[in-house]
Formats: sequence, structure tokens, C-alpha cells
Amino acid sequence: MPHDTQGRIGPQDLGGLDGDSVDPSEHDLAQWERMVDAMTRLMYREKIFGDAAQLREGIEALGPDVYQRLSYFERWAASSARKCVMEGLVTQEELDERIAQIRERGRDGA
Amino acid sequence: MTPAFRVGDRVRVDDRYEPRHHRTPAYVKGKVGEVERVCLAHGRPEILAYRNDGGPPRTVYRVRLRQCDLWPDYNGPAHDTLEIEIFEHWLRPVEARN
Amino acid sequence: MAHEHHGHDHPHPFQPDHPEPTSYYELLGMALNELLIEKGVYTAGDMRAMIEQLEAVSPETHGAKVVARAWVDPDFKAALLRDGAAAVSSLGLDPGYTELTALENTPRLHNVVVCTLCSCYPRSLLGRPPAWYKSASYRSRLVREPRKVLAEFGTTVPDDVEVRVHDSTAELRYVVVPMRPEGTEGWSEEDLATLVTRDSMIGVARAKATR
Repeated sequence: MPHDTQGRIGPQDLGGLDGDSVDPSEHDLAQWERMVDAMTRLMYREKIFGDAAQLREGIEALGPDVYQRLSYFERWAASSARKCVMEGLVTQEELDERIAQIRERGRDGA
Repeated sequence: MTPAFRVGDRVRVDDRYEPRHHRTPAYVKGKVGEVERVCLAHGRPEILAYRNDGGPPRTVYRVRLRQCDLWPDYNGPAHDTLEIEIFEHWLRPVEARN
Repeated sequence: MAHEHHGHDHPHPFQPDHPEPTSYYELLGMALNELLIEKGVYTAGDMRAMIEQLEAVSPETHGAKVVARAWVDPDFKAALLRDGAAAVSSLGLDPGYTELTALENTPRLHNVVVCTLCSCYPRSLLGRPPAWYKSASYRSRLVREPRKVLAEFGTTVPDDVEVRVHDSTAELRYVVVPMRPEGTEGWSEEDLATLVTRDSMIGVARAKATR
């Protein structure tokens, strides 16, 4: 029973689409996921995110392809970073540089 | 602010295009239901998504819809329902049928 | 046709030329956290405390207590259904910053909760949502074929019982008050709370049956 997907308000608008059966298994969160979860809370506290709509808007702005490819907290990380860049708190260059450093640390076995 | 709708009012979810972030999913747009509860008021997501001042708060309603009105091929009893929160600026009045 | 390939909730390597099993977005989150701490937006201690605060909430320590109280105390149940936040606060629990709405299951009505647009969840009572609650298949299908999805969780609802799906799209959060299992007359509130599972408070299952 195909469902007309026209008019979906964005990649997040899933209600009524066809899908696989639900996998009810439990997943423990990785440490970085716990960190991203807490980071968004701290961003609310510091009024960087003024409303839940701002975190959501940043997730929806990823577009359908990226939205579907990313895991849940990857989307949150992407939206949080975008917001901080837009607010001028960090630059994309700083983020890129730090990502390279973290990769190096990983290679050094730190 | 005074809510425009009361519990029991029949309402239609507006079926309009909105390019900004909003919280009215496609599957309820254009559908008719009944106000189950008048909830709090909150700034409009269409504005709050982009700046912290969402303007005057708008009333949020819980609207009850019949599943068989949402999905013509609904595979379940006619009394099954769905409730969803809809902002006042996404609702239109529906004249009573009698 | 409209059947989409849905994302899943596992981190995955996507740059075959890098040996690390960490994705760009995972690293992005880690980089952002380090920079926000260095710039003084918050401290490393704030981060640790927030992680602990989020871990401290669980269905067992929070939601189950509220439901068990509602089972033994009709006045509390009435208050909970009227104003969820006030009733939860009266137990010394944090109701969260959104409007908390309790939904009572009855012999005629089975409530079940979803957030089709993201993953709104009563975190102040249940902690973090399970992976399946955030999954594309749950979010897409529950509103359209709720009885089939419930059956996948092992919950068969007879046709003479109304199934009511709640799509949590805005400023409300929902917790289901499942029916009190038969054969629990005279049980203590503490013992009753052990029957109240997370899934029963989302509505995909009933409270645990007694042996």
C-alpha cells in the first residue's frame, strides 16, 4: 500500500510512511552519545538554543539524504555545531582543526 | 489571550504550504477532528526556530481524529483514534453538520 | 515505491580511507564540546554533572513510582490526570519543563505514544528514550497501523477496545498509566512499582502480570 509522500514537511516527517517491522532490542549509548545529549542540554541552559525548535530546525536542514544516513545523536551533533557556528561561538575552521587533532590523538593511541 | 476554539469544536487542520520549520505533519493536514483539550500557549515554532523571540504565544490544542478519517484503508475498528497537538494558527473552524 | 531505506541508530564508519571507526559527526560533537569548554561556555564539570543528571532518571526510579501511587491512591490519580506536572511535583519529582499529560488505560481504551517528527519523550519520568522509539519504523508506522505495531511488541488489543495513538508534536509530553494487573489487591506501592515497565508507560505493552 504505497503512500503518497508528497507534501511531507521535511525529512523528519515520517508519519504514515511504510516501514520495516520495529526492532525492539535495547541499545546502550556510547560515551560520545551521552556527551552530545548533555551538550545540547547545556546549550539550552546557556540560551544558545533558545527553543527546541532551533535544535530541530538544524536537524531538518541536513536534508533528506544526510538525515537518513546519520544516527540520532550524529544529527544532534550536526545541529549543535551548526548553531554554534551561526551564533559566532566557534568557526568551522576551529572545528575542522580540532577534528584533525582528535583523529591524531586516536592514531597515537591516546 | 483567549483561545479561539473550545473543547468539542470541530476543526480542520489547515492544508497549506509552509517553507519554515513547523510542527504540523503532512498526514494531518486537511483533516477534520475535534478539540479534545485546550493546552498551554507557546511561541510559534515557525519563528522560534530562527530567533528567540517567538512573538505572541499561540494556543496549542489537542485534536482528536478518527483513524478511518486519516487513512481511507485503515485496518482496524472504526472507534480507533489519534490525538495530536496543533497550534491555533494551523486550525480552521468547521461548521457543525446539523 | 515510498518504502524508504531508513537510517539506523548505530554509529558507522563511512570513510574507508580512515581506519578509525569514528564518524565525522561523532568527531564533530567531540570537537564542539572541547571548544565550548575552552571558550568558557560551560565547564568540564558542568558536562560531567549534566551527564550524571540525565543518567539519574529512569523508568524504575521515576515513572513507575508515579504510576504505582496512582494505582493505590484514587485522589492522586485524579490529580495526575488533571494536572500531570503538579501531581508529579507533589511526589518530589521534577515534572520537566513541558506540559506533562497522563493518559489512563481502561478496559475500553488503550493509549500509546509516539513522536512522528522527532522523538519527544517524557524524559523527566522515563529518562532517555529507547532506540526503537527514535527509529524510523516506529515513527512512521505507529500512527497508521498501531495494532500491527503493538502486536510486534506482543501486545494484542481486542477490537472492542479503542486504540488511541498520541502524536507528541509540540509542547506536551505523555505518560501512559497502564491498568493495574489483576491479583495485586493489597500489594504495597513499592511492590506494585516493580510491575510498571518503561514500555507500559509508553503504551506498547501492559504492566507486568503477576505470577
